[in-house]
Amino acid sequence: MEVFSSLADGILLALMPINLMLILIGVTVGLFIGAMPGLGSVNGVAILLPITFLVPPSSAIIFLAAIYYGAMYGGAISSVTLGIPGASTAVATTFDGRPLALQGRASLALVTAALASFVGGTVATVLFTLFAPLLATMALSFGPPEIFALMLLAFATFVGLGGDDIPKTIFSICFGLVLATVGFDTISGEPRLVLFDIQGFLRGIGFIVLAIGVYGIGEMIWTIEQTRGEVTTTNPKMTAKGMMADSKEATKKGWKGTLIGSFLGFFVGVLPAAGATPGSLMSYGVAKMLSRTPEEYGKGSPDGVAAPEAANNSASTGSMLPMLTLGIPGSPTTAILLGGMVIWGLTPGPRLFLDQSEFVWGLIGSFYISNLAAVLINLAFIPLFVWMLRMPFTILAPLIFVLSIVGGFAASRSMHDLWLIVIFGLGAFFMRKFDYPLAPAVLAIVLGPIAEPTLRQSLLLSSGDPMIFLNRPIAGPITVIAIFLILLPAFKLLRRKKRVAAN
Amino acid sequence: MKLTKRLFLGLAVGGTLATLPISALAQDWQPTRPIDFTIMAGPGGGADQIARFVQSVVEANDMTNRPLIPTNRGGGSGAEALLHLNDARDPDHTLMVTLNSFYTTPIRQEALGIDIETFTPITMMGVDPFVLWVHKDSGITDFDGFLAKVREMDGEYVMGGTGAGQEDSIVIAYMSGVYDLDIKYIPYDGGGAVAKDLAGQQIMATVNNPAEAKGFYEAGDFVPLLAFSDTRMDAYPDVPTIKELGHDFSYYNQRAIVGAPGMSDEAAAYYRDIFGQVYASDAWQDYLVSESLSPLPMDEAETRAYWATQVANHRQLLSEIDG
Amino acid sequence: MRQGEISLAGFLALFSLYLMWKSAELPIGYIRGQGPGGGFWPFWLSVGMLLSCCAIAWNWWRGKSPASVSDEPLMDRFGWRTVILVGGGVAGFVAMISVVSMYGAVGLFLVYYLRFLGRHSWLLTLAMAIVLPIALFFFFEGAMQISMPQGMPFTQPFFDVMYDIIY
Repeated sequence: MEVFSSLADGILLALMPINLMLILIGVTVGLFIGAMPGLGSVNGVAILLPITFLVPPSSAIIFLAAIYYGAMYGGAISSVTLGIPGASTAVATTFDGRPLALQGRASLALVTAALASFVGGTVATVLFTLFAPLLATMALSFGPPEIFALMLLAFATFVGLGGDDIPKTIFSICFGLVLATVGFDTISGEPRLVLFDIQGFLRGIGFIVLAIGVYGIGEMIWTIEQTRGEVTTTNPKMTAKGMMADSKEATKKGWKGTLIGSFLGFFVGVLPAAGATPGSLMSYGVAKMLSRTPEEYGKGSPDGVAAPEAANNSASTGSMLPMLTLGIPGSPTTAILLGGMVIWGLTPGPRLFLDQSEFVWGLIGSFYISNLAAVLINLAFIPLFVWMLRMPFTILAPLIFVLSIVGGFAASRSMHDLWLIVIFGLGAFFMRKFDYPLAPAVLAIVLGPIAEPTLRQSLLLSSGDPMIFLNRPIAGPITVIAIFLILLPAFKLLRRKKRVAAN
Repeated sequence: MKLTKRLFLGLAVGGTLATLPISALAQDWQPTRPIDFTIMAGPGGGADQIARFVQSVVEANDMTNRPLIPTNRGGGSGAEALLHLNDARDPDHTLMVTLNSFYTTPIRQEALGIDIETFTPITMMGVDPFVLWVHKDSGITDFDGFLAKVREMDGEYVMGGTGAGQEDSIVIAYMSGVYDLDIKYIPYDGGGAVAKDLAGQQIMATVNNPAEAKGFYEAGDFVPLLAFSDTRMDAYPDVPTIKELGHDFSYYNQRAIVGAPGMSDEAAAYYRDIFGQVYASDAWQDYLVSESLSPLPMDEAETRAYWATQVANHRQLLSEIDG
Repeated sequence: MRQGEISLAGFLALFSLYLMWKSAELPIGYIRGQGPGGGFWPFWLSVGMLLSCCAIAWNWWRGKSPASVSDEPLMDRFGWRTVILVGGGVAGFVAMISVVSMYGAVGLFLVYYLRFLGRHSWLLTLAMAIVLPIALFFFFEGAMQISMPQGMPFTQPFFDVMYDIIY
């Protein structure tokens, strides 16, 4: 019961006028920063860090957490309206959010995303409130072999995602994984795959460069070419009544994905090495696997929007947990929050809950309030974003190109990466023409940098013995499930062939 | 002659007019655009924290008329940041917060063509010592116990760090060399990940800056065994230094601010003044104490000499590691 | 389409070979007692890319993919024109950044796209081409504190004025 009285104090602290005001400002600012492709919570939190010197630490962290929350909501907006995942956490949202927008149902996609995010964030906060110390111990028991097994599982949930052409899907996965290795090999400390010896490649190829190239440039040119420039997305005017109808439909069609995303996202997000992106990808894959109508995924299923959105919000709350309890950041954004806490003279780590309980509970209390504020503010702005889509395509298209290039630079701060975006964009256009699925490459470039080092760290640990993935209590079962899932389609194919042969 | 005189006069007047604002600046140079504050590491590490701390102090006290813009360029173990500074189009507005990859990366990656002695010294904010840590559940309480354990495990003792050629690997290599230890070394991509895996006992020991292990130390999870500083550290008075054990070795991570090559003297003087104020501020002095950094104030000439010895030291240490 | 399919597969196969060759700069084998070397992961995945390309070519030869049995040209004149004008426009946009700065390039690109591709009125075109870069300037340099690339020296006075306004 002590938890509840602490929580009540925390919520009261978060409801103090100054904190409430900071939450409202933070969420709104975060929403717009997150909605810009290339910018994400990390930018918002980083620039506003110095401002927080003007207020006490407990208010400062509430403010920053509110920006973080707002940005997580905002990521879906760019995925749906522009078709560009603004942050790696929102990749899976494009898969179904974009088709919905093109069908003129952008409002449904945005409402679903907002509601799913709210549920995800709230579920995560409740789990956080009740089980924080327990979950911290769980996070610590995940070493390199466990994380690798988890990545294997993430890939396994995506086997069915590619197109019908299997060699092209495999090509795309391998391509993404190879691109992820460009730059610098942490394990040997050597530069690696510095393509054509251009020094710009030393920094590696970021997810955002490939994603903006593929979605912001390639997909756009493809759309213009396919439709002969006559794109017509007739989004109906937003009315309060329409929004109510959308909310109803979102609840009816998206509840399952929301639930899967909320829980799965949280548990993956709690693991410092994994974070929100694998969480949202796995939730999408699992939701599709468990769905009764998997064929609707990728064509505009509300469940396909709900699952990753619930998961990324849930996971971002989850990733606060290792930061607060262990002092270990699970993402770049939490890394900066952590730096902020050090600046304010707090020591994050195992003793924070005891030494600074008012601070911690104030923050947890603010999660509840921020979530509520975020969903309301987000819903209020949806008509604005839908209105943007009503612009003639010859105006919208150049705006998307401009946002892609400007956002691409903001994310990478390098001209080299801007040229890469253009090259990837043109390459993606031609690959798209010949039905190469590109989503697997984008996923691979996100998961590859987690999968490869953990594989090699594990094998270093075991002196090269691959049994390490099977004989550890947590890694073992995950690996077995992952291998089973990967082989499943092959089994199914074999069975079908046998049956055909028998007939 | 007359012509020349008039010309000269004209030039002088014209020159004075044209340089009027500039000569005002020469006495008191001011940045005219946002200052690129490059961080040689990704978000979350020690260098990143320091950069953001410094930026906050500058911003809170309104010390500069143009903002410092921290940008993480950690790619290629700092190579990205070094290249960025080396090719800076506007050296007067380009600064960097360094760690020791400032020395090691140009040595390990000669193809970059970076000579750090061309960079402009600004301010040495402090140096970060290294400490050997184990988990409390290992039962090891002192360095002798550690040595016995490593020898007993015979090549199966696992330590984690931030990668071959990085600061901690240099310390571990030195320690293994003088004590003839056979240690299995697992590279990670950041100090935080290393600390987490020590807390979860995925690895058995680390060499890490106190700042990254502080939370766990205060909670009693981590036990410091040996410090690689010149004298005993105030925060860990019972922990011996490797010097006390008879080995003339100390190793620090430098937390310095440097300017791009070719920065004008006026700009450098301006930044030295600003960061000197930051250094002297109570906020920074408190930070030095709480994060166990050692002060090491140096002027420009001293810094250049210090760089030269550091480069020579690192060249030797790295050649010993790489064999 | 048929020709395009195999050309693209061939090109991607060549690229895979290059990646294999480049990864081989680091050890690509399984080092005893240590696990895979630094080049292992990219090398064998590039092999996977190469094999996929072979499979794509095999499917092409058997006429299994839709593109390999289509007699249509890859794109008609309109298609090529679109790709060259739009794709070229974006490439030109990026090329102009180091000349006239990010904001100048945004303005020029908008004029090009809105007026010449979109055939909008000059009024709308100029309004957008002037307002958007300025709005982006305030957003990035002022609010987000991200410096965008500046062009050749002649763009300097403009930036000096703008910085005086925002700071």
